[in-house]
Amino acid sequence: MDRNRREVMKAGGGAALFAVLAAAGLIRPGEALANGWNKAAFEGKTMPEALKALGAANPANSTDITMKAPDIAENGAVVPVGVESKIAGTESIAIFVDKNPSPLAASFDIPSGTEPSVTTRVKMGQTSDVYAVVKANGKFFIAKKEIKVTLGGCGG
Amino acid sequence: MADPMRIRAVSKDGIVNVKVLMSHEMETGQRKDGSGKIVPAHFIQNVTATHNGKTVLSAQWGPAVSKNPFLEFNFKGGQKGERIAVTWTDNKGDKRTDEAAIN
Amino acid sequence: MNALQRMAGALALAALAGGVYAQSAVDEIAKYRQQLQDGNPAELWEARGEDLWKQKRGPKNASLEACDLGKGPGVVKGAYALMPRYFADADRVMDLETRLVHCMVTLQGFSQADAVKQPFGSGSRRSNFEALAAWVTSESKGSPMNVSLSHPKMKESYQIGEKMFFFRGGPHDFACATCHSESGKRIRLQDLPNLTEKADAQRGYTTWPAYRVSQGELRSFQWRLYDCFRQQRFPELKFTSEGSIALTTFLARNAAGGTFNAPAIKR
Repeated sequence: MDRNRREVMKAGGGAALFAVLAAAGLIRPGEALANGWNKAAFEGKTMPEALKALGAANPANSTDITMKAPDIAENGAVVPVGVESKIAGTESIAIFVDKNPSPLAASFDIPSGTEPSVTTRVKMGQTSDVYAVVKANGKFFIAKKEIKVTLGGCGG
Repeated sequence: MADPMRIRAVSKDGIVNVKVLMSHEMETGQRKDGSGKIVPAHFIQNVTATHNGKTVLSAQWGPAVSKNPFLEFNFKGGQKGERIAVTWTDNKGDKRTDEAAIN
Repeated sequence: MNALQRMAGALALAALAGGVYAQSAVDEIAKYRQQLQDGNPAELWEARGEDLWKQKRGPKNASLEACDLGKGPGVVKGAYALMPRYFADADRVMDLETRLVHCMVTLQGFSQADAVKQPFGSGSRRSNFEALAAWVTSESKGSPMNVSLSHPKMKESYQIGEKMFFFRGGPHDFACATCHSESGKRIRLQDLPNLTEKADAQRGYTTWPAYRVSQGELRSFQWRLYDCFRQQRFPELKFTSEGSIALTTFLARNAAGGTFNAPAIKR
Protein backbone atom coordinates (compact mmCIF):
# COMPACT_ATOMS: atom_id res chain seq x y z
CA MET A 1 0.00 0.00 0.00
CA ASP A 2 2.68 2.41 1.02
CA ARG A 3 4.91 1.61 -1.90
CA ASN A 4 1.95 1.82 -4.19
CA ARG A 5 1.20 5.27 -2.88
CA ARG A 6 4.77 6.41 -3.42
CA GLU A 7 4.77 5.08 -6.98
CA VAL A 8 1.69 7.13 -7.64
CA MET A 9 3.36 10.17 -6.09
CA LYS A 10 6.15 9.85 -8.61
CA ALA A 11 3.63 9.81 -11.42
CA GLY A 12 2.64 13.38 -10.76
CA GLY A 13 1.29 15.83 -8.27
CA GLY A 14 -1.55 18.19 -7.85
CA ALA A 15 -5.10 17.80 -8.95
CA ALA A 16 -4.12 15.17 -11.48
CA LEU A 17 -2.62 13.09 -8.71
CA PHE A 18 -5.72 13.49 -6.62
CA ALA A 19 -7.85 12.32 -9.53
CA VAL A 20 -5.54 9.34 -10.08
CA LEU A 21 -5.64 8.37 -6.43
CA ALA A 22 -9.38 8.77 -6.28
CA ALA A 23 -9.85 6.77 -9.47
CA ALA A 24 -7.58 4.04 -8.14
CA GLY A 25 -9.71 3.92 -5.02
CA LEU A 26 -6.66 4.70 -2.89
CA ILE A 27 -8.45 7.65 -1.38
CA ARG A 28 -12.04 8.69 -1.37
CA PRO A 29 -12.85 12.10 -2.77
CA GLY A 30 -13.20 14.41 0.21
CA GLU A 31 -10.78 12.44 2.34
CA ALA A 32 -7.76 14.49 1.38
CA LEU A 33 -9.80 17.65 1.64
CA ALA A 34 -11.13 16.64 5.03
CA ASN A 35 -7.52 16.28 6.02
CA GLY A 36 -7.39 19.99 5.31
CA TRP A 37 -4.43 21.06 3.27
CA ASN A 38 -5.06 24.11 1.16
CA LYS A 39 -3.19 23.10 -1.96
CA ALA A 40 -4.11 26.18 -3.97
CA ALA A 41 -2.85 28.48 -1.20
CA PHE A 42 0.41 26.59 -0.68
CA GLU A 43 1.10 26.34 -4.39
CA GLY A 44 0.19 29.95 -5.17
CA LYS A 45 3.25 31.56 -6.76
CA THR A 46 2.57 35.12 -5.59
CA MET A 47 1.25 36.73 -2.43
CA PRO A 48 -2.02 37.82 -4.13
CA GLU A 49 -2.57 34.28 -5.46
CA ALA A 50 -1.89 32.67 -2.10
CA LEU A 51 -4.00 35.22 -0.20
CA LYS A 52 -6.86 34.73 -2.61
CA ALA A 53 -6.73 30.96 -2.13
CA LEU A 54 -6.97 31.54 1.61
CA GLY A 55 -9.99 33.77 1.07
CA ALA A 56 -7.95 36.71 2.34
CA ALA A 57 -7.68 38.79 -0.81
CA ASN A 58 -7.61 42.24 0.81
CA PRO A 59 -6.30 42.03 4.36
CA ALA A 60 -6.23 45.26 6.38
CA ASN A 61 -2.94 46.48 7.82
CA SER A 62 -2.81 45.99 11.56
CA THR A 63 -0.49 47.16 14.30
CA ASP A 64 -1.99 44.58 16.65
CA ILE A 65 0.08 41.82 15.09
CA THR A 66 3.59 41.42 16.49
CA MET A 67 6.25 39.50 14.60
CA LYS A 68 9.15 38.15 16.56
CA ALA A 69 11.95 37.49 14.11
CA PRO A 70 15.49 38.71 13.65
CA ASP A 71 16.18 41.58 11.22
CA ILE A 72 19.02 39.49 9.83
CA ALA A 73 19.16 35.70 9.49
CA GLU A 74 22.59 34.16 9.32
CA ASN A 75 21.23 31.23 7.35
CA GLY A 76 18.03 31.20 5.34
CA ALA A 77 17.53 27.47 5.91
CA VAL A 78 16.32 28.18 9.43
CA VAL A 79 14.68 31.51 10.18
CA PRO A 80 12.77 31.73 13.46
CA VAL A 81 9.42 33.52 13.09
CA GLY A 82 6.98 34.12 15.91
CA VAL A 83 3.60 35.79 15.39
CA GLU A 84 1.39 37.14 18.14
CA SER A 85 -2.00 38.65 17.51
CA LYS A 86 -3.73 41.03 19.90
CA ILE A 87 -6.82 41.13 17.70
CA ALA A 88 -9.85 39.83 19.60
CA GLY A 89 -11.35 36.69 18.13
CA THR A 90 -8.22 35.56 16.31
CA GLU A 91 -9.03 32.29 14.53
CA SER A 92 -5.95 31.67 12.43
CA ILE A 93 -2.41 32.89 11.79
CA ALA A 94 -0.54 32.38 8.51
CA ILE A 95 3.09 33.12 7.66
CA PHE A 96 4.17 34.16 4.16
CA VAL A 97 7.64 34.73 2.72
CA ASP A 98 7.04 37.07 -0.20
CA LYS A 99 10.03 36.07 -2.33
CA ASN A 100 9.89 32.31 -1.86
CA PRO A 101 8.78 30.29 -4.92
CA SER A 102 5.50 29.73 -3.06
CA PRO A 103 5.00 32.46 -0.45
CA LEU A 104 2.69 30.64 2.01
CA ALA A 105 4.89 28.79 4.52
CA ALA A 106 2.52 27.81 7.29
CA SER A 107 -0.97 28.39 8.56
CA PHE A 108 -2.23 27.74 12.09
CA ASP A 109 -5.81 27.40 13.32
CA ILE A 110 -6.21 28.79 16.81
CA PRO A 111 -9.09 27.20 18.74
CA SER A 112 -10.57 29.10 21.69
CA GLY A 113 -8.42 28.54 24.76
CA THR A 114 -5.22 28.62 22.71
CA GLU A 115 -3.28 31.86 22.73
CA PRO A 116 -3.07 33.63 19.37
CA SER A 117 0.70 33.25 19.35
CA VAL A 118 2.81 30.70 17.48
CA THR A 119 6.49 30.29 16.71
CA THR A 120 8.09 28.16 14.02
CA ARG A 121 11.08 28.29 11.67
CA VAL A 122 10.93 28.82 7.94
CA LYS A 123 13.22 28.67 4.93
CA MET A 124 13.97 31.82 3.02
CA GLY A 125 15.63 31.74 -0.40
CA GLN A 126 16.72 35.38 -0.14
CA THR A 127 16.11 38.63 1.72
CA SER A 128 12.37 39.20 1.71
CA ASP A 129 9.37 40.73 3.39
CA VAL A 130 7.75 38.20 5.69
CA TYR A 131 4.04 38.62 6.31
CA ALA A 132 1.76 37.51 9.09
CA VAL A 133 -1.89 37.24 8.12
CA VAL A 134 -4.45 36.92 10.89
CA LYS A 135 -8.07 35.96 10.53
CA ALA A 136 -10.29 37.31 13.30
CA ASN A 137 -14.09 37.26 13.35
CA GLY A 138 -14.07 36.40 9.67
CA LYS A 139 -11.91 39.40 8.72
CA PHE A 140 -8.27 39.36 7.60
CA PHE A 141 -5.42 41.51 8.90
CA ILE A 142 -1.80 41.71 7.84
CA ALA A 143 1.57 42.85 9.18
CA LYS A 144 5.03 42.61 7.66
CA LYS A 145 8.68 42.57 8.58
CA GLU A 146 11.68 42.51 6.31
CA ILE A 147 14.23 39.82 7.11
CA LYS A 148 17.66 40.04 5.53
CA VAL A 149 19.28 36.72 4.71
CA THR A 150 23.05 36.45 4.46
CA LEU A 151 22.93 32.93 3.04
CA GLY A 152 19.93 31.58 1.14
CA GLY A 153 18.22 28.51 2.52
CA CYS A 154 16.51 26.91 -0.42
CA GLY A 155 17.77 23.97 -2.37
CA GLY A 156 19.82 22.74 0.56
CA MET B 1 9.55 4.87 10.36
CA ALA B 2 10.13 8.40 11.42
CA ASP B 3 11.87 9.17 14.68
CA PRO B 4 9.84 10.22 17.71
CA MET B 5 9.11 13.88 18.28
CA ARG B 6 10.47 15.76 21.25
CA ILE B 7 7.58 17.37 23.06
CA ARG B 8 7.96 19.66 26.06
CA ALA B 9 4.83 20.90 27.77
CA VAL B 10 5.23 23.10 30.83
CA SER B 11 2.37 24.54 32.85
CA LYS B 12 2.78 27.94 34.48
CA ASP B 13 0.08 30.26 35.84
CA GLY B 14 -2.66 28.25 34.12
CA ILE B 15 -1.00 28.41 30.70
CA VAL B 16 0.68 25.41 29.12
CA ASN B 17 3.69 26.23 26.94
CA VAL B 18 4.28 23.55 24.31
CA LYS B 19 7.46 23.12 22.30
CA VAL B 20 7.75 20.41 19.67
CA LEU B 21 10.68 19.26 17.57
CA MET B 22 9.93 16.87 14.73
CA SER B 23 12.34 14.73 12.78
CA HIS B 24 11.57 15.34 9.10
CA GLU B 25 13.49 16.11 5.92
CA MET B 26 11.03 18.78 4.72
CA GLU B 27 12.22 18.41 1.13
CA THR B 28 11.08 21.29 -1.02
CA GLY B 29 10.92 19.38 -4.29
CA GLN B 30 13.18 22.05 -5.81
CA ARG B 31 16.55 20.62 -4.89
CA LYS B 32 18.65 18.43 -7.18
CA ASP B 33 20.68 15.47 -5.96
CA GLY B 34 24.29 14.65 -6.94
CA SER B 35 23.17 13.15 -10.25
CA GLY B 36 21.12 16.21 -11.19
CA LYS B 37 17.75 14.62 -10.50
CA ILE B 38 15.12 16.60 -8.59
CA VAL B 39 14.69 15.28 -5.07
CA PRO B 40 10.92 14.78 -4.76
CA ALA B 41 9.04 17.01 -2.34
CA HIS B 42 8.57 15.37 1.05
CA PHE B 43 7.18 17.51 3.80
CA ILE B 44 4.76 17.60 6.70
CA GLN B 45 1.41 19.00 5.62
CA ASN B 46 -0.69 18.75 8.74
CA VAL B 47 0.04 19.01 12.44
CA THR B 48 -2.55 18.58 15.17
CA ALA B 49 -2.05 18.92 18.90
CA THR B 50 -4.70 17.61 21.29
CA HIS B 51 -5.26 17.79 25.02
CA ASN B 52 -7.95 15.58 26.62
CA GLY B 53 -9.30 14.85 23.17
CA LYS B 54 -9.71 18.56 22.35
CA THR B 55 -7.68 20.09 19.54
CA VAL B 56 -5.48 22.85 20.96
CA LEU B 57 -3.69 23.66 17.71
CA SER B 58 -3.92 22.56 14.12
CA ALA B 59 -1.58 23.65 11.40
CA GLN B 60 -1.07 23.30 7.67
CA TRP B 61 2.50 23.50 6.48
CA GLY B 62 4.20 23.85 3.14
CA PRO B 63 7.74 22.78 2.23
CA ALA B 64 9.09 26.17 3.38
CA VAL B 65 8.96 25.08 7.02
CA SER B 66 12.55 24.27 8.02
CA LYS B 67 13.99 20.77 8.15
CA ASN B 68 13.49 19.11 11.55
CA PRO B 69 10.64 21.51 12.31
CA PHE B 70 10.15 23.42 15.53
CA LEU B 71 6.77 24.58 16.80
CA GLU B 72 5.86 26.54 19.92
CA PHE B 73 2.42 27.56 21.17
CA ASN B 74 0.50 28.14 24.43
CA PHE B 75 -2.93 27.02 25.58
CA LYS B 76 -5.08 27.41 28.69
CA GLY B 77 -6.58 24.72 30.85
CA GLY B 78 -3.94 22.00 30.96
CA GLN B 79 -3.00 20.52 34.33
CA LYS B 80 0.33 19.06 35.37
CA GLY B 81 0.44 15.32 34.72
CA GLU B 82 -2.17 15.43 31.95
CA ARG B 83 -1.02 14.46 28.52
CA ILE B 84 -0.87 16.20 25.24
CA ALA B 85 -0.55 14.43 21.90
CA VAL B 86 0.87 15.75 18.64
CA THR B 87 0.30 14.15 15.24
CA TRP B 88 1.87 15.04 11.92
CA THR B 89 0.99 13.77 8.46
CA ASP B 90 3.21 14.32 5.44
CA ASN B 91 2.55 14.51 1.71
CA LYS B 92 3.46 10.83 1.24
CA GLY B 93 0.85 9.81 3.77
CA ASP B 94 3.38 8.97 6.48
CA LYS B 95 2.12 9.80 9.91
CA ARG B 96 3.43 9.93 13.43
CA THR B 97 1.86 10.60 16.84
CA ASP B 98 3.72 11.19 20.09
CA GLU B 99 2.59 12.12 23.56
CA ALA B 100 4.09 13.92 26.52
CA ALA B 101 3.01 14.69 30.06
CA ILE B 102 2.54 18.31 31.09
CA ASN B 103 5.16 19.32 33.64
CA MET C 1 37.61 43.13 14.52
CA ASN C 2 35.65 39.93 14.10
CA ALA C 3 33.69 38.85 11.07
CA LEU C 4 30.36 39.92 12.47
CA GLN C 5 31.61 43.39 13.12
CA ARG C 6 33.09 43.58 9.64
CA MET C 7 29.85 42.45 8.12
CA ALA C 8 27.97 44.87 10.32
CA GLY C 9 30.18 47.58 8.91
CA ALA C 10 29.33 46.61 5.37
CA LEU C 11 25.63 46.39 6.09
CA ALA C 12 25.69 49.67 7.95
CA LEU C 13 27.27 51.44 4.97
CA ALA C 14 24.50 50.09 2.81
CA ALA C 15 21.86 51.02 5.31
CA LEU C 16 23.01 54.40 6.60
CA ALA C 17 20.35 56.15 4.59
CA GLY C 18 17.76 54.07 6.40
CA GLY C 19 19.17 55.15 9.73
CA VAL C 20 20.37 51.68 10.73
CA TYR C 21 23.41 51.63 12.96
CA ALA C 22 26.38 49.30 12.63
CA GLN C 23 25.81 47.78 16.04
CA SER C 24 22.32 46.70 15.10
CA ALA C 25 23.57 44.16 12.54
CA VAL C 26 25.76 42.53 15.17
CA ASP C 27 22.89 42.59 17.62
CA GLU C 28 20.46 41.16 15.11
CA ILE C 29 22.67 38.21 14.20
CA ALA C 30 23.22 37.62 17.91
CA LYS C 31 19.43 37.75 18.31
CA TYR C 32 19.05 35.28 15.44
CA ARG C 33 21.46 32.86 17.11
CA GLN C 34 19.74 33.37 20.46
CA GLN C 35 16.31 32.59 19.04
CA LEU C 36 17.58 29.25 17.77
CA GLN C 37 18.97 28.12 21.14
CA ASP C 38 15.56 27.15 22.44
CA GLY C 39 14.45 24.06 20.59
CA ASN C 40 17.72 22.72 19.20
CA PRO C 41 17.03 19.84 16.77
CA ALA C 42 20.15 18.20 18.28
CA GLU C 43 17.65 16.89 20.84
CA LEU C 44 16.31 14.54 18.17
CA TRP C 45 19.79 13.00 17.90
CA GLU C 46 20.16 12.91 21.68
CA ALA C 47 16.94 10.94 21.96
CA ARG C 48 18.02 8.47 19.28
CA GLY C 49 21.43 8.14 20.93
CA GLU C 50 19.91 7.34 24.31
CA ASP C 51 17.75 4.66 22.67
CA LEU C 52 20.81 3.22 20.91
CA TRP C 53 22.72 3.13 24.19
CA LYS C 54 19.93 1.13 25.85
CA GLN C 55 19.00 -1.07 22.90
CA LYS C 56 20.22 -4.68 22.79
CA ARG C 57 22.17 -4.92 19.56
CA GLY C 58 24.89 -6.90 17.82
CA PRO C 59 25.77 -10.61 17.78
CA LYS C 60 25.77 -10.72 21.58
CA ASN C 61 22.41 -8.98 21.79
CA ALA C 62 23.68 -6.62 24.47
CA SER C 63 23.16 -2.94 25.18
CA LEU C 64 25.91 -0.40 25.78
CA GLU C 65 24.67 0.17 29.32
CA ALA C 66 27.68 -1.67 30.76
CA CYS C 67 30.09 0.41 28.68
CA ASP C 68 32.72 2.11 30.84
CA LEU C 69 33.43 5.61 29.56
CA GLY C 70 36.00 6.09 32.32
CA LYS C 71 33.81 6.76 35.32
CA GLY C 72 32.70 3.15 35.73
CA PRO C 73 30.39 0.86 33.74
CA GLY C 74 27.29 2.68 32.58
CA VAL C 75 28.25 6.07 34.08
CA VAL C 76 27.60 8.64 31.38
CA LYS C 77 27.06 11.77 33.44
CA GLY C 78 30.12 14.00 33.15
CA ALA C 79 32.17 11.32 31.36
CA TYR C 80 32.75 13.26 28.14
CA ALA C 81 34.33 16.25 29.92
CA LEU C 82 37.16 13.91 31.00
CA MET C 83 37.77 12.39 27.57
CA PRO C 84 40.01 11.47 25.80
CA ARG C 85 41.54 9.48 28.66
CA TYR C 86 43.77 6.51 29.30
CA PHE C 87 41.87 3.22 29.64
CA ALA C 88 43.80 0.54 31.50
CA ASP C 89 41.64 -2.30 30.13
CA ALA C 90 42.78 -1.46 26.62
CA ASP C 91 46.14 0.03 27.67
CA ARG C 92 45.68 3.01 25.40
CA VAL C 93 44.26 6.49 25.12
CA MET C 94 40.75 6.60 23.69
CA ASP C 95 38.40 9.37 22.70
CA LEU C 96 34.64 8.93 22.97
CA GLU C 97 34.15 7.33 19.56
CA THR C 98 37.08 4.96 19.98
CA ARG C 99 35.70 3.89 23.34
CA LEU C 100 32.24 3.36 21.84
CA VAL C 101 33.79 1.14 19.17
CA HIS C 102 35.63 -0.76 21.92
CA CYS C 103 32.34 -1.34 23.75
CA MET C 104 30.52 -2.30 20.55
CA VAL C 105 33.20 -4.93 19.92
CA THR C 106 33.66 -6.25 23.47
CA LEU C 107 30.07 -5.98 24.76
CA GLN C 108 27.93 -6.28 21.67
CA GLY C 109 30.15 -8.57 19.64
CA PHE C 110 30.40 -6.43 16.52
CA SER C 111 33.53 -6.87 14.41
CA GLN C 112 35.83 -3.86 14.42
CA ALA C 113 35.07 -3.30 10.73
CA ASP C 114 31.31 -3.39 11.26
CA ALA C 115 31.54 -1.15 14.31
CA VAL C 116 33.31 1.73 12.56
CA LYS C 117 30.97 1.81 9.57
CA GLN C 118 29.18 5.10 8.95
CA PRO C 119 30.99 7.42 11.35
CA PHE C 120 29.06 10.39 9.95
CA GLY C 121 25.50 10.68 8.71
CA SER C 122 24.37 11.87 5.34
CA GLY C 123 20.69 12.27 4.57
CA SER C 124 18.90 8.98 5.04
CA ARG C 125 22.17 7.14 5.83
CA ARG C 126 22.29 8.02 9.48
CA SER C 127 25.22 7.56 11.80
CA ASN C 128 24.81 5.83 15.13
CA PHE C 129 27.99 7.54 16.28
CA GLU C 130 26.60 11.02 15.81
CA ALA C 131 23.48 10.03 17.74
CA LEU C 132 25.46 8.36 20.53
CA ALA C 133 27.87 11.31 20.67
CA ALA C 134 24.91 13.68 20.91
CA TRP C 135 23.50 11.81 23.86
CA VAL C 136 26.74 11.10 25.73
CA THR C 137 27.98 14.67 25.34
CA SER C 138 24.60 16.08 26.43
CA GLU C 139 25.18 14.30 29.74
CA SER C 140 28.27 16.47 30.27
CA LYS C 141 26.49 19.76 29.64
CA GLY C 142 27.56 22.15 32.39
CA SER C 143 30.59 20.08 33.43
CA PRO C 144 34.02 21.72 33.46
CA MET C 145 36.43 20.33 30.87
CA ASN C 146 39.08 18.44 32.78
CA VAL C 147 41.18 16.16 30.59
CA SER C 148 44.14 14.94 32.63
CA LEU C 149 47.63 14.45 31.21
CA SER C 150 48.92 12.70 34.32
CA HIS C 151 49.27 9.33 32.56
CA PRO C 152 52.39 9.17 30.33
CA LYS C 153 50.35 7.88 27.39
CA MET C 154 48.07 10.91 27.68
CA LYS C 155 51.08 13.20 27.69
CA GLU C 156 52.40 11.42 24.61
CA SER C 157 49.04 11.64 22.86
CA TYR C 158 48.87 15.38 23.62
CA GLN C 159 52.33 15.92 22.19
CA ILE C 160 51.51 14.04 18.99
CA GLY C 161 48.31 16.07 18.69
CA GLU C 162 50.22 19.30 19.16
CA LYS C 163 52.69 18.31 16.47
CA MET C 164 49.84 17.44 14.09
CA PHE C 165 48.15 20.77 14.76
CA PHE C 166 51.19 22.69 13.60
CA PHE C 167 52.31 20.20 10.91
CA ARG C 168 52.26 21.73 7.45
CA GLY C 169 51.57 19.49 4.49
CA GLY C 170 49.30 18.64 1.60
CA PRO C 171 49.06 20.38 -1.78
CA HIS C 172 48.38 23.74 -0.10
CA ASP C 173 51.22 23.45 2.45
CA PHE C 174 48.54 23.87 5.10
CA ALA C 175 48.30 23.16 8.82
CA CYS C 176 45.45 23.37 11.32
CA ALA C 177 47.44 26.28 12.69
CA THR C 178 47.25 28.15 9.38
CA CYS C 179 43.62 28.97 10.16
CA HIS C 180 43.51 28.51 13.90
CA SER C 181 46.52 30.13 15.53
CA GLU C 182 45.78 33.82 15.01
CA SER C 183 42.96 35.88 16.44
CA GLY C 184 40.46 37.68 14.21
CA LYS C 185 40.74 35.37 11.20
CA ARG C 186 37.76 34.29 9.19
CA ILE C 187 36.71 32.34 6.10
CA ARG C 188 34.13 34.42 4.24
CA LEU C 189 31.82 35.48 7.07
CA GLN C 190 32.78 32.75 9.51
CA ASP C 191 34.93 33.58 12.48
CA LEU C 192 37.77 31.15 12.98
CA PRO C 193 38.65 30.38 16.58
CA ASN C 194 42.27 30.88 17.57
CA LEU C 195 42.77 27.47 19.16
CA THR C 196 46.11 28.45 20.67
CA GLU C 197 44.32 30.99 22.83
CA LYS C 198 42.52 29.75 25.94
CA ALA C 199 39.11 31.40 25.61
CA ASP C 200 38.74 30.47 21.92
CA ALA C 201 40.03 26.94 22.54
CA GLN C 202 37.42 26.50 25.24
CA ARG C 203 34.62 28.03 23.21
CA GLY C 204 35.58 25.97 20.16
CA TYR C 205 35.80 22.60 21.84
CA THR C 206 32.86 22.96 24.24
CA THR C 207 30.36 23.74 21.45
CA TRP C 208 30.75 20.48 19.51
CA PRO C 209 28.76 18.37 18.68
CA ALA C 210 26.46 20.89 17.06
CA TYR C 211 23.35 20.90 14.95
CA ARG C 212 24.48 22.57 11.74
CA VAL C 213 21.65 24.69 10.47
CA SER C 214 23.27 24.82 7.03
CA GLN C 215 23.28 21.02 6.76
CA GLY C 216 20.29 20.07 8.86
CA GLU C 217 22.52 17.49 10.52
CA LEU C 218 24.06 16.98 13.91
CA ARG C 219 27.83 17.02 13.53
CA SER C 220 30.23 15.50 16.03
CA PHE C 221 33.64 16.83 16.99
CA GLN C 222 35.13 13.96 15.00
CA TRP C 223 33.26 15.20 11.95
CA ARG C 224 34.71 18.68 12.57
CA LEU C 225 38.24 17.28 12.49
CA TYR C 226 37.50 15.06 9.50
CA ASP C 227 36.11 17.99 7.52
CA CYS C 228 38.96 20.31 8.49
CA PHE C 229 41.33 17.71 7.04
CA ARG C 230 39.28 17.59 3.86
CA GLN C 231 39.30 21.38 3.62
CA GLN C 232 43.08 21.39 4.02
CA ARG C 233 43.32 18.81 1.22
CA PHE C 234 44.99 16.45 3.65
CA PRO C 235 44.62 12.69 3.35
CA GLU C 236 41.42 11.46 5.03
CA LEU C 237 41.62 11.57 8.81
CA LYS C 238 40.85 7.99 9.67
CA PHE C 239 38.04 7.61 12.19
CA THR C 240 39.33 6.40 15.60
CA SER C 241 42.95 6.40 14.37
CA GLU C 242 45.84 7.26 16.72
CA GLY C 243 46.24 10.59 14.95
CA SER C 244 42.59 11.44 15.28
CA ILE C 245 42.66 10.60 19.00
CA ALA C 246 45.87 12.59 19.52
CA LEU C 247 44.49 15.71 17.86
CA THR C 248 41.36 15.37 19.97
CA THR C 249 43.46 15.03 23.12
CA PHE C 250 45.41 18.19 22.25
CA LEU C 251 42.27 20.24 21.62
CA ALA C 252 40.26 18.82 24.53
CA ARG C 253 43.11 19.47 26.96
CA ASN C 254 43.48 23.04 25.70
CA ALA C 255 39.83 23.57 26.58
CA ALA C 256 40.46 22.66 30.23
CA GLY C 257 38.46 24.77 32.64
CA GLY C 258 35.85 25.68 30.03
CA THR C 259 32.27 24.67 30.73
CA PHE C 260 31.05 22.02 28.32
CA ASN C 261 28.04 23.40 26.50
CA ALA C 262 27.03 21.05 23.70
CA PRO C 263 25.25 19.77 21.70
CA ALA C 264 25.04 23.31 20.42
CA ILE C 265 23.44 24.84 17.36
CA LYS C 266 25.54 26.60 14.74
CA ARG C 267 24.95 28.33 11.45
